[in-house]
Amino acid sequence: MSNSLKFRSVLVLLCLLLSFFAIAPTLMRDSLPQWWNDSFSPIQLGLDLQGGMHLVLGVDVDKAVESRIDTIIDQTEAELREKDIIFKRLERRQGDRLVILVYDDEEGAKVDALMADDYPSLEAETFSGAGGYIEKHFRLSDREIENIKDYAVRQALETMRNRIDQFGVSEPTLQRQSGNRILIQLPGVEDPERAISLLGKTARLEFKMVDEAANLQDAIAGKLSPGTQLLYERNINKSTGAETETPLVVVNKAVLTGDLLSDANVRIDTRFNEPYVSIEFNAVGAKHFDRITAANVGKRMAIVLDDTIYSAPVIRERIAGGSAQISGSFTSQEATDLAIILRAGSLPAPVRILENRTVGPSLGQDSIDKGIKSIWVGAMLVVLAIIIYYQLSGIVAVIALALNLVFITAMLSLFGATLTLPGLAGIVLTIGMAVDANVLIFERIREEVRLGRAPKLALGSGYSKAFMTIIDANLTTLLAALVLFQFGTGPVRGFAVTLSIGIIASLFTAIFVSRVIFDLFLKGREVKRLSI
Amino acid sequence: MQLIKPDINLDFVGKRKLALIVSVALIVIGMASLLVRGPNYGIDFAGGTLVQVQFAQATDASAIKKAIAVLDLGNPVVQSFGDNQNEFLIRVEQASGELKGLSVQIQDALEQTYEKGNIDIRRVEMVGPQVGKDLRNKGLKALFYAMLGLLVYISWRFEFRFAVGAIIALVHDVLITLGAFSLSGREIDLPIIAAFLAIIGYSLNDTIIVYDRIRENLGKHNKESFIFVINRSINETLSRTLLTSGTTLLVVLALFVLGGGVIHNFAFAMLIGILVGTYSSIFVASPVLIFWQQKVAARSK
Repeated sequence: MSNSLKFRSVLVLLCLLLSFFAIAPTLMRDSLPQWWNDSFSPIQLGLDLQGGMHLVLGVDVDKAVESRIDTIIDQTEAELREKDIIFKRLERRQGDRLVILVYDDEEGAKVDALMADDYPSLEAETFSGAGGYIEKHFRLSDREIENIKDYAVRQALETMRNRIDQFGVSEPTLQRQSGNRILIQLPGVEDPERAISLLGKTARLEFKMVDEAANLQDAIAGKLSPGTQLLYERNINKSTGAETETPLVVVNKAVLTGDLLSDANVRIDTRFNEPYVSIEFNAVGAKHFDRITAANVGKRMAIVLDDTIYSAPVIRERIAGGSAQISGSFTSQEATDLAIILRAGSLPAPVRILENRTVGPSLGQDSIDKGIKSIWVGAMLVVLAIIIYYQLSGIVAVIALALNLVFITAMLSLFGATLTLPGLAGIVLTIGMAVDANVLIFERIREEVRLGRAPKLALGSGYSKAFMTIIDANLTTLLAALVLFQFGTGPVRGFAVTLSIGIIASLFTAIFVSRVIFDLFLKGREVKRLSI
Repeated sequence: MQLIKPDINLDFVGKRKLALIVSVALIVIGMASLLVRGPNYGIDFAGGTLVQVQFAQATDASAIKKAIAVLDLGNPVVQSFGDNQNEFLIRVEQASGELKGLSVQIQDALEQTYEKGNIDIRRVEMVGPQVGKDLRNKGLKALFYAMLGLLVYISWRFEFRFAVGAIIALVHDVLITLGAFSLSGREIDLPIIAAFLAIIGYSLNDTIIVYDRIRENLGKHNKESFIFVINRSINETLSRTLLTSGTTLLVVLALFVLGGGVIHNFAFAMLIGILVGTYSSIFVASPVLIFWQQKVAARSK
C-alpha cells in the first residue's frame, strides 16, 4: 500500500472515531461513563424542537427617565419647603425636564442656587411663563438620559435573572439586545403564562395612605382633590373564584416603597388556611415603618402593587421591628410568585412583550419525529436512485453519503450548534445536494472511459477535472448560507448552520473519502471495467 | 444505467425565444398576482398573534370563530392544521404587548366553550409591529447581500458577463417562486427567506456547473461558434443536471409530504425553486450569455 493511501485511510478512520465519540452522548447518554459525557455534550435542540419559550421584552426606558425626574421633584420639593423658599409648584414636562414656578426673581435666584448645588448636571433655563410666573426649567443632559436608559435596561436584565433563578428553569438564556430589548429563552417551560407574569411584572410595591375624606362617587366621575388618586382593590370570592374590584381613593405620594425590603416569604394564615406574603424591611425601612404606623394609628394604609391595591388594613397600633404582611386572597402559587418578585426586586421601568414564540413539548417532539422520518425516507430514495444509476460506484457514493450524515451530526455536537426544525430541513437538503459532487465526478469518469482511458487513469482524471467545478459550485452555496447566518435569527439560523456544515462535510466525503474507498478497492487489482 | 445518451445533442439554445416567452409569462402572472393581492406576509413580517390549538374532539373553524367572537378580534383567520380535524391555527392581526397577551385571552375564551383539559395550546407566536418591521428589513438585507456577494464571487472566478447571467437567473427563480406563493395564497415568513437563500445557492450551483463547462469548451473548440459551444456544454452536463435535480427533488418531496405542517411552506418553496432553478440554468443563464455576446459584438462593429 502506498504511503499516501495509508495516511489517507488512517485520517478517515480517525475522523470516524472522533465522530463516534461526539455522537454517542446524544444517542445513549445514560449508558456512558462519566468522563465521556463530560468531554462531549449532546446536540442542543432549539426551542422549536424541545419546546419552550422565546421572548423579546422591551423596557419602557422613557418611563425610567420620567421616574428619575419624579424622584428629583420629590426631593427638591421637600428641600424647598425646608429652606422656606417660596414657589408656586413643581412639575415634570416633556418627560425629561422639571419645571419650578416661582413668583419673582429673588426666589428664582435661590432656586437656581439650590439646584446648581444639588444637581449640577441639569441644564438650567429661565422663561417668563403665563400669568406672570417665572419658569425655572431644569433638563437632564442627553448623556444623562442615555445613562439612565442604559442603566434601566441593565437593571431590568439583572432583576429578571434573579427572578428566573429563583423560579427554577434549567438553562435559561437572558441577553441584552440592541437598544432597550432583552431576549429571554426558557427551554421546556411548562406554564408560559406564569413565566411571563413572573418576568414582566414591574412589582413596584408602595404603601399609600387611604384618603377617607374623599367622596368615592366624585372620584369615579373623575373629580379628585389634588394629590390623590383612584385605585382599585382586588377581591377574590373564595367560593366562586370570581374577581371583583373595589374603588379606593389614596394619597398619591407613597409613604414607603418596596426598595427598602430585605426579604419576602410565603406564610400560611392558620385561621383561614390561606397563604400570605410576609415582608421584612431593612433597618432604614423598619425605622420609617415604625414612624409611619405610630403617626397613623386608626387610619387605613393601602398596600399597592403596580397600581393595584392588594389590601388596605387599618393600622391598629404602632408596628416596630419592621415586618408586615401582604394578604389578598392569594392562591399558593400567586403568593409564591409574589414573594419571588419582591425578593428579586422591582423592575426600574415597565416592560412590554415585543415578541413571543412558545412551542409546547408535544409539538416539538412531533417535529423531531417528522423531521427524522423525512431524512430517512429522503435518504433511502437517494440511495436507491444512485445505486440503480451508478451500480457498484453508486455504492461508494452511498457510503460517502452515510459518512456525510455521521460527520454532520458529529460536527453539530462538537461545535455546540443548536439543531432547529429548519436545521433538520437543511440536513435533508444536504443529502440531496451531497451526492451532487459524486455525480459530477462519476459523469467525468464516464466521459474519460468513453475516451478509451484505462479505469485507474479515468478515475484519477475524473476526480481532478471535477474538483474545481465542485469547489466553485459549493462555495457559492456556502456564501449564501453564511449571509443567512449573519442576518438570520433563531430557527432560521439553525438552517444556515446545518447547510454550512453539510456543505463542508459533503466536500470532504464526496471528494476525499470516496476516493480513498476507490483506491482501497483498486489497490493491487487489475480492473478491466469500472462498474459506473 | 444511462438516461441521457453521451452523444445527445438537443437544441436548447435554439429554443431560447420560446423560453424567454415562458419565463416572462410566468414572472408576469406571478407578479400580477402579487400586485393585485398585495404581499401575503406571515406574522413574522406583518406582526400579529398566532395560536396553534389541538382539541380533544374534532371541531370546525366556524365553531372556533364563534368561541372567540367575544374577544372582538376583527377578522380572525382559522384554518385546520395538518391532516387532523382537531388541530387548528388561529391567527389575528393584533399583537398585544401586555403581559396577559391575546393568546391567553384566546385560550380563556376557548376554555369557556370547549372546557379546560379539552384543548392543548401547542404553539403561540406573537410578533409586535416593530419586531415585524425589523425582521422584514433583515430578510431583505440578507437577500441583497447574498446576491451582491455572489455577483462579486462569480465575477472573480469567471467573467463579469457570467455573473450577470447568473444573477438574472437567480432573480428569475426567486420571482417565479414568489409568484407561486402569491398564486397559491401562501404566507411569506422568516423560514421562506431561508428557503429563498437556499434556492439562490442551489440555482447558482447548477448554473456554475454549466458555466464551468462553457469556459472549458470555449478553450477547446475555439473554431466553433459561441452558440454552438454553449449548446454543446448544456448537453454535456445535462445528465448531471437532471440526476442531481432529481435526487434533490426526491428529498424535498419527502420533506413536503412527511415533514409536517410547520415546515410545509418551506418545502413548497424549495420544490418550486429547484424545478425553476434547474430550468433557469439551462434556459435562462446560458442564453443571457449569447444575448450579451451579440449586443457587445454589435456595439463593437
